[in-house]
Amino acid sequence: MNTNSNGYTIGYASVMVIIVAFLLAFVASSLKERQDNNVKLDKMKQILSSLNISADELKDAESAYAKYVTADQILNLNGAVVSSNGGFDIESKKIDDQLPLYVCNVNGETKYVAPLYGAGLWGPIWGYISFNADKKTVYGTYFSHEGETPGLGAEITTEKFQSSFEGKQLQEGGDVKISVVKNGKVSNDAYEVDGISGGTITSKGVDAMLHACLSKYAKFFNE
Amino acid sequence: MDLFSKKNKETFFTPLWVNNPVATQVLGICSALAVTSKLEPALVMGLSVTIIVALANVVISLLRNTVPNRIRIIVQLVVVATLVTIVSQVLKAFAYDVSVQLSVYVGLIITNCILMGRLEAFAMQNKPWESFLDGVGNGLGYALILVIVGFIRELFGSGTFFNLRVIPECLYDLGYMNNGLMVLPPMALIIVGCIIWFQRAKNPDLQEKSN
Repeated sequence: MNTNSNGYTIGYASVMVIIVAFLLAFVASSLKERQDNNVKLDKMKQILSSLNISADELKDAESAYAKYVTADQILNLNGAVVSSNGGFDIESKKIDDQLPLYVCNVNGETKYVAPLYGAGLWGPIWGYISFNADKKTVYGTYFSHEGETPGLGAEITTEKFQSSFEGKQLQEGGDVKISVVKNGKVSNDAYEVDGISGGTITSKGVDAMLHACLSKYAKFFNE
Repeated sequence: MDLFSKKNKETFFTPLWVNNPVATQVLGICSALAVTSKLEPALVMGLSVTIIVALANVVISLLRNTVPNRIRIIVQLVVVATLVTIVSQVLKAFAYDVSVQLSVYVGLIITNCILMGRLEAFAMQNKPWESFLDGVGNGLGYALILVIVGFIRELFGSGTFFNLRVIPECLYDLGYMNNGLMVLPPMALIIVGCIIWFQRAKNPDLQEKSN
């Protein structure tokens, strides 16, 4: 057979495209349910790790989530509770005037968790921040990213960076105080966190993300 | 047919060192710079490329007599892209943690020149089994260079080995500092250059003759 004729070439390409399209569509649709479930479990894990829950408990994210998170509220910009559940279904990147707020109970103390979403150097960064019932002190954080540079910006995922937020001042009269500053330039230890050395743009992204996302909760902080 | 004939062994072993895809064929340099600032992503990337290049080599080798010459590069690219997409979808469903780690590399695997290089240079002319060996050999050769570069860069750039601290804290107290250049891409190029230098010094066959 002449594999160089125009007809053969066009036919080959068409058949190939159809087979590949079917294959990909089949794989994508048959695995969708499992994938969605994984995404959901992963989100639970992220919320829980901002509450400093140990990795052991995170293995069974679903039961740990049920144990610690008592409500996933939705707030409006005035800080009023619009809905006492459904906050979990709001994607962090689509937050507009419906603000998810997770009310949690860790060892008998009430903690709040708010989602964060912003931009790093190469792509989106996101995370969760938990704070005490007084709404003034940071309890824990969780950060992740899509494609920051390993060894530099990607260091925001490390325990060392995330734990440096613990105990810092969250806000004052509704103004977000917690900030990430250039590495080694901390002037006020009460609310400033050391950035990643060599990851300045990602650190600035975390800082901007904290201010942009948390300032929406200003009215809630002032209650 | 002898599955492990001398020729097949050669197909498998030469890409590991003498005909290394990075050091000798100079393919896949861009990803070697991008993922080697830590050892772990380097290893993950090396293994993923090994799996994909072996599978793609087999598929293309099976199709080799039917592929129209004029669109062969497109066919190769479609096969690679499909395989990578399917593997990443399956991982997302069954090994979510791995897929999160790999998310950045999926695009890098598709565009890795080693894949296209091996498909075009080997799989289009050889039988499936030989192509499979060639794919595994080249993938491991690539992984080897990535791991060497990743090890050196992580050790001197961050003072760690697989994220575990190996350079003792007391050295830092004495004034030792991590080398900031190590975590930046240019250092990967310099290390790859040194590996090529070492490799050619050991293998006179690879040296260009001076006129």
